Amino acid sequence: MHLIESGNVAAATGVKLSRAQVIAAYPITPQTPLTEKLSEFVAEGSLTAEYIPVESEHSAMAVCIAASSAGARAFTATSANGLLYMNEQLHWAAGARLPIVMCVANRGIGAPWTVWNDHQDSISQRDGGWIQLYANDHQQIIDTVIKAFRLSEIVSIPVMVCYDGYLLSHTYMPFEAPDQDRVDAFLPLFSPKNKLDPDQPSNFNTVTLPDVRPDVRGNLAPGYMEIRHTLHQDMRNSMEVLKDIDQAFLDAFGRGGTPFVEPYRCDDVEHVVVCMGSLSYHMRDVIDQLRSEGVNVGVMGVQLYRPFPDQAMVSALSGKRSVMVFEKALSYGNQGALYADIKSALYNVDRRPLISNHILGLGGREIKTQHLYDAVKQACGNPETLGDTPHWIGLKCQAS
Amino acid sequence: MKSDDFACMISRSEPGPGDGGRTGSWRVQRPVIDTAKCIPAKTGKPSCFTCWLFCPDAVVTKTIPPTIDYVYCKGCGICAEECPAGAISMEDESRFITEENDKGCI
Repeated sequence: MHLIESGNVAAATGVKLSRAQVIAAYPITPQTPLTEKLSEFVAEGSLTAEYIPVESEHSAMAVCIAASSAGARAFTATSANGLLYMNEQLHWAAGARLPIVMCVANRGIGAPWTVWNDHQDSISQRDGGWIQLYANDHQQIIDTVIKAFRLSEIVSIPVMVCYDGYLLSHTYMPFEAPDQDRVDAFLPLFSPKNKLDPDQPSNFNTVTLPDVRPDVRGNLAPGYMEIRHTLHQDMRNSMEVLKDIDQAFLDAFGRGGTPFVEPYRCDDVEHVVVCMGSLSYHMRDVIDQLRSEGVNVGVMGVQLYRPFPDQAMVSALSGKRSVMVFEKALSYGNQGALYADIKSALYNVDRRPLISNHILGLGGREIKTQHLYDAVKQACGNPETLGDTPHWIGLKCQAS
Repeated sequence: MKSDDFACMISRSEPGPGDGGRTGSWRVQRPVIDTAKCIPAKTGKPSCFTCWLFCPDAVVTKTIPPTIDYVYCKGCGICAEECPAGAISMEDESRFITEENDKGCI
């Protein structure tokens, strides 16, 4: 069925089709219409789930942790400061290996207050052990939500599905909602590997000591470091699973084929612009214009940020003359996080491209196509002069 | 890769003695019950058992007299604090170490 709806409704429809069993969420702009839509689905009976209105995002994630531990398919969604309020529970969910799916409608972080879009919220959570997927339009939002449940339940790692607040969450766009029976065939019911079970009482995530120690039967049990090492290895291996899931989705629904990065007109180009989220589609207009003017440039969207698809980055960017990383977030006092990660991935390649960092759109600052055009054109013209310091685009004044 | 290939090392354990290791080695002071003052020991009746009730590690038995499992007792001192008869004293662990090392208890 084709719908013309908001990005939040695309996400809610994906959650409904995925038959989430427990939904706990606290409203925060711009995520609110997503959870409102889910509560409507539950109230009208079109989604059989327990909808738990909680008093905070910390509680929302705590409920998802409990539900997932009990073997239920759990979902929540948030934005910005709400995501930060979950922080402690986010790390817990990952360490406890619970396959929770969460949508993040990306929004800038206060202070000062902003409700508008940038990527600082989810980027600031990159090191917690969650898989992070970024959607570029409404179709990708609904498709990514469905894929995220299958991915998280195979690898036992929670997954964030991130999409731009307002730019996607509140704009209307046509997308296809797959039929329920086809989603059911793609996404089997959740059968957890480990869950709370009265017939087999277990302690989960009790205190570990610095060293390994024997369990009650005298067998050596893994300690903190072994458990965390396993999480890291599984994060790395989850890329292979994501690739398979993306292929299975492509076979079943005819969409996908770019699980890690999504290049546009990047074949045999000299320069590549890299960005995340809807900006990578916005940038396509600029690329088309520049190509018509003879500038040899393409754009690549990043759809998987954690685990970091370093091999995909190397394959796509090695040998190019220059790479320009446009980001709506940064690691304050250093550089853009995506920029630093890409630079690190390219360190060992034989033909290392020149690379530059461009910060824009913070707190929803309008990203004008002209600004993008000027910045990309200038960077392609003189990539040697750009240096390692982030260039700020759209800054109107500076402290003197 | 299948789901069986993932989450092969998690923190999951069965409830039971020793899940936290031999925590008796953490002890600095040892609770010692004076059976001349202990109510169930003195009266021979199943009564009081405040030490059993309060022990956070379930190492005190509900028996006459109550006994303490020193392999797991961490020496927190709650039993001594709560005993209404003042029958439990906390004694310097170093007094016992040589003797129990010989028995292989620690």
